Amino acid sequence: MGWFSTTPFLNVPVSTQITYRKSSWWKLNQQRLTPWIFLFPGLLLFLVYVIWPIFNSLYISLLQWDGLSPAIYVGLSNYIELLDDEYFYISLMNNLKWLILFMLAVPIGLGLAIFLNQTIFGIRLIKSLFFFPFVISQVVIGIIFSWFYNPRGVIGPFLDKLGLSNYAILADENFATYGIIFAGIYPQIAYCMILYLTGLNNLNTDQIEAGRMDGAKGFSLFKNIILPQLKPATFLAIVVTVIGSLRSFDMVAIMTQGGPYGSTNVLAYYMFETALSEYGYRMGYGSAIAAVLFTIMMFYILFFIYRMYQSEKKGL
Amino acid sequence: MFPIPIQKRPLINRISYKILVPVSLFIWLIPLIGIMLTSIRGLGDITAGNYWGIPSEFLLFSNIKDVFQNTPMLSYIINSFKITIPTVLGAVAISCMTGFALASYKFKANLFIFFTFIAGNFVPFQILMIPVRDLTFQMGLYDTVTGLVLFHVAFQTGFCTLFMRNFIKALPNELFEAARIDGTSEINIFLKIVVPLTRPAIAALSVLIFTFIWNDFFWATVLIQGQHAMPITAGLKSLNGQWVTVYHLLSAGSIIAAVPPVIMFFLMQKHFIAGLTLGASKG
Repeated sequence: MGWFSTTPFLNVPVSTQITYRKSSWWKLNQQRLTPWIFLFPGLLLFLVYVIWPIFNSLYISLLQWDGLSPAIYVGLSNYIELLDDEYFYISLMNNLKWLILFMLAVPIGLGLAIFLNQTIFGIRLIKSLFFFPFVISQVVIGIIFSWFYNPRGVIGPFLDKLGLSNYAILADENFATYGIIFAGIYPQIAYCMILYLTGLNNLNTDQIEAGRMDGAKGFSLFKNIILPQLKPATFLAIVVTVIGSLRSFDMVAIMTQGGPYGSTNVLAYYMFETALSEYGYRMGYGSAIAAVLFTIMMFYILFFIYRMYQSEKKGL
Repeated sequence: MFPIPIQKRPLINRISYKILVPVSLFIWLIPLIGIMLTSIRGLGDITAGNYWGIPSEFLLFSNIKDVFQNTPMLSYIINSFKITIPTVLGAVAISCMTGFALASYKFKANLFIFFTFIAGNFVPFQILMIPVRDLTFQMGLYDTVTGLVLFHVAFQTGFCTLFMRNFIKALPNELFEAARIDGTSEINIFLKIVVPLTRPAIAALSVLIFTFIWNDFFWATVLIQGQHAMPITAGLKSLNGQWVTVYHLLSAGSIIAAVPPVIMFFLMQKHFIAGLTLGASKG
């Protein structure tokens, strides 16, 4: 709005002129500029630490680089190497196992929530105790379960009874991954349960009563009236479970470090191992693995964003 | 109410429900009960294979003392606090601002920026790992608490912004409009109206971020190397390597690591759950 035109102020002393002009400029543009001032610190940090690194990683995946000596541009050769990498396929398959089995956390969480959605004495404390495993670090959960699985650990006496003395699931390359997934799903069930408990708490009672009047009972009531109302909870439970399953780093690092013979590797852990551990510092190759993981995750992210965009449009 | 309240069921159902709930809770918590029992035991029980029986000695406190005396556990815990508390303060403060900006101003890039924050929040850590580690190196902050905190604040800003923005968006807009007509500056609208009203959201976010950061293991592994800055999760992992056979000490250490988030959860349960289940009951 012509804040640059100086002529009207020529008869005012320079110092006041400047402050007056400044404040009037500010007054005029305050509405437009304030959001950017408020966004600045957060946006800057996020761009530097999250957005830029994504693109940088994609670029590094085209390099051969040990992190120290000059990098060599090698085009897509890291990706081509991936196609022949047995461990990459093992990791990918394990990610798939994680994803599929992790999905069990959603119905189990729902079942638990329905089971606990009552008002009896002490139920609040009971619900919180059920939620407990989610509050505790995955490192601790991993340690607990390693100790559990140890044939000379707490599970030992039971294994003896089953005739499986000295069976160590984490040392069995065919089953070790399932052992880790079992440990990983434990806190995830707690998370899904709490999402559904909140959903159940906010059900529309009128609809349920109407349904009951119409003779809907048991499973048909659940399927036709309850489940549709729990849709937001289900959506959120699926999103966090998918993301949780693809982020399966901590458990693998604690329980097996990818072993035995790489059989429990997942992309998240294999990438770390390739770039930062004994395998040598292969930054480019590691980034290529990360890029694959990122692409898989991106499907879910875009799906989530699309959903949010739809609800935003409704809201506006 | 779904399912039908147990009180309206026949007596037999009510009784069996009251038995079933504690039994299932016990089964559910077996892993945690196991580790608690183990942390009480002495080496004698461990080597004798007495894992589920009554502990022959009650050594919880001496085990904890052992952990503190023979390992850098105390410094790990202090580091965890040094990492967690500044991250909570930083991320919450920053996201109050970004949340406010995105909730109450209309401008072209608004939704785009909002969705960028959300998308970034879900990205796998591995795609950030090498550049972030490099950047931290170049800033001279590798292997320091500051370097780790900076990253955590930046990354958590994504989730916190989503949270704050939705919370502020749900506040009645007339409040801001009325204040604007009264000539209140935008800064004062933020400080005097938005911040006080968002207190419940700030509380919920603080407990959530506290727990997330306290339990972080990946970034502690990537950005920290030495004991002097290592938080408890990474510390436990290194003890896990050294202590293959002394599970009673490892159990005691695990319990120590779990105590702060558990206390936080019980003190702020309502907020914690409200934060986690944001969006589970609507839209």
